[in-house]
Amino acid sequence: MIPEIGHAALWLAAGLALVQALAPVLRVTGLSVPAALGQAILCLIAFLALMWAFVVSDFSVGLVAANSHTAKPMIYKVTGVWANHEGSMLLWVLILALFGAVAALRARAMGERFRTILLSVQAVLGIGFYAFLLLSSNPFERIAPAPVEGSGLNPLLQDPGLAFHPPLLYLGYVGLSVTFAFAVAAMIENRVGPAWARAVKPWVLGAWSFLTAGITLGSFWAYYELGWGGWWFWDPVENASLMPWLAATALFHSVGVLAARNALRNWTVLLAVIAFSLSMIGTFIVRSGLLTSVHAFAVDPERGVFLLILLALYVGGALCLYAWRAGSVTAGAPFTPISREGGLVANNLILSAVLGVVFLGTLYPLMLEGVTGEQVSVGAPYYESALLPLLFLLLLVMAAGPLMRWRAMDLPTLGRRLVPAIAGGLVLAGIGAAIGPRSVLALVGLAFAGWLAIASLMILRGRKLRRVPASVWGTAIAHMGVAVLTVGVSVSGAMSVEKLANLRPGESTSIGPYEAVLTHIEPAGGPNFTAVRATIAVKRSDAVTMLLPERRNFTNPMNETTETDILVAADGNLYAVIGQGDGGGRWQVRLHWQPFVAWIWYGGLMAAIGGLVAMMGGRRRTGRALP
Amino acid sequence: MKPKHQRLALAGAAVGALLLAAALAIPALQDKAAYFMAPADVEAKGIEPGRAIRLGGLVEEGSLKRSNDGLTIHFRVTDNLATVPVRYTGLVPDLFREGQGMIADGRFEGNGTFIADTLLAKHDENYMPPEVAKAIARSEAAAKARAE
Repeated sequence: MIPEIGHAALWLAAGLALVQALAPVLRVTGLSVPAALGQAILCLIAFLALMWAFVVSDFSVGLVAANSHTAKPMIYKVTGVWANHEGSMLLWVLILALFGAVAALRARAMGERFRTILLSVQAVLGIGFYAFLLLSSNPFERIAPAPVEGSGLNPLLQDPGLAFHPPLLYLGYVGLSVTFAFAVAAMIENRVGPAWARAVKPWVLGAWSFLTAGITLGSFWAYYELGWGGWWFWDPVENASLMPWLAATALFHSVGVLAARNALRNWTVLLAVIAFSLSMIGTFIVRSGLLTSVHAFAVDPERGVFLLILLALYVGGALCLYAWRAGSVTAGAPFTPISREGGLVANNLILSAVLGVVFLGTLYPLMLEGVTGEQVSVGAPYYESALLPLLFLLLLVMAAGPLMRWRAMDLPTLGRRLVPAIAGGLVLAGIGAAIGPRSVLALVGLAFAGWLAIASLMILRGRKLRRVPASVWGTAIAHMGVAVLTVGVSVSGAMSVEKLANLRPGESTSIGPYEAVLTHIEPAGGPNFTAVRATIAVKRSDAVTMLLPERRNFTNPMNETTETDILVAADGNLYAVIGQGDGGGRWQVRLHWQPFVAWIWYGGLMAAIGGLVAMMGGRRRTGRALP
Repeated sequence: MKPKHQRLALAGAAVGALLLAAALAIPALQDKAAYFMAPADVEAKGIEPGRAIRLGGLVEEGSLKRSNDGLTIHFRVTDNLATVPVRYTGLVPDLFREGQGMIADGRFEGNGTFIADTLLAKHDENYMPPEVAKAIARSEAAAKARAE
């Protein structure tokens, strides 16, 4: 009964979306806010109904039977709701409806009429995804006869990371739908301008912060769960989340220019359209199963085609509207190349180039297979060689941008402001050369990190800290986060070492500053798996820590996973993985010493916090920066 | 600067950024993209040693051997048309088994052995990497054509 309530709630929500979409045309504008709130409540009911089916293991629901098991721990019954295709699309629709409700309550700055159109656009997006769920991916479908037991959940997904990573990422992806709706509504109403930019900015920053946090957590999850020791694999699905992130990063910077100086109007609107389009392309890539990936769930070509049609309608429609309207948007205020605007334009251009490189690398295998039938994989070597020059350029401009004045600035003044940053770069590279990496690339990376870190502090120089606007704090924190991340990438990239050993209990090996002893191997287990657990005593000076990596054998479904164990020290991570035994008493052990690798995630989280801080302030500020 | 000129300058900068991205991406793609090859492709085309490729197929039954150091394995990859000897040093992925599909990134040595840097096995018991599935389907079709 409860699954049927959820199913009915979804249909009702789709009906409300239809009303909301047509409200401006039918002149029943009073209905659009209640419809948005109703949709949110109905989607929540549907989502809770599905969660209920998972929690009580109702195997008459096909989705539960295919993805759950009675022996699965409760937390993974709950998070398992979105660890499959249908459930994750339901989560997507729920978040879309929740954002719609928040927009109905908060997006008042542009007036009543604008909000009605905004909500109508949001509802049109919703209708497509309701149709996708109800017609080709119904999560509530019953099967008869119901199996006695379910087939279980992929053990890789039985991890606390599943509770946070997908919802955060979806908050980011779907948050950009509001930005998209803002852009389309502004084009329809011809209202692209500073007021629009100020109204849309908090939405962009909010979505961007969630996306940043989601990507950062996803990277950390892959790092400890996959057991490969890496933190970014240039997997198509990782790129699928990186592309909207790059577009959203460019977007809130250009929104800043539009809000403060009434320039870059067309470009900003186009970016808003592109950012959400890339979110949808991301969903398409993940859900269609077109690309080989860890994230590809059960593959069904019909769904891929459905999503492709949705994508073509929405993106194509918005781009047509753009082409029709772009000519009528008047030119913005003039500025010179050396100015805050100039810096932000450079930011946008470089980010667009980065986006282009990632886009090409991600879709090239698909294009090539379509044209010649040849299959290729594009991996880290491509991205590293193509992106490195662009990223250094980005770090260069990123430090200078916030220290420039709006409209125009002379080079000598800017140079004087940047002297401490140059000194910071040289000092950090010098420290690196003295005690750290012997790699030129890493030292260049450290120089750029030092340069950016000092420049980020300089943003606050000469201001009374208590009166610094939140958006300026946000910039300083987020840019500092990028400097921290750059240190992590440079140092861990150049100085990480890996040691493979085949040890008997009692034997030892050394790695980085540590001495590691495999003390013993013992059987272990959990509710739905058995495991082999190694105890590795790692010693540095006189401090001994026990690391307990495991190798787990899951029964439902049959699968093996490696569980890493990681010692997080102040100057690096010691990462331990246990492999197979050779039957003669020896066990494979792999250890990594990765100096400063954790700074990568600290930096990502700092950037996300910076975005949230700026969002809090963005609503009150006029956007005009102090000179 | 007049607004019209500014527009032109911005458009020019955008085109410049696009060209820069293309100039960085296209040579990198030509140089760094790894072609997927099944053993039959390797036999037909002859891959020069040192070129990064992605080799996929089934781990041949009875071919898996472990060296004395306990860390290096040797096995043969087959698509039922041809086989390729492979060497790999490191932890073997969780679902790597004889008779199962796998993908290896690496390059050929001068003597025709494929040195794998990474091994990927399927993620769960139902899943076969699509490239491998395609290669096997192709070899089955070829075998059928020969039988007729």
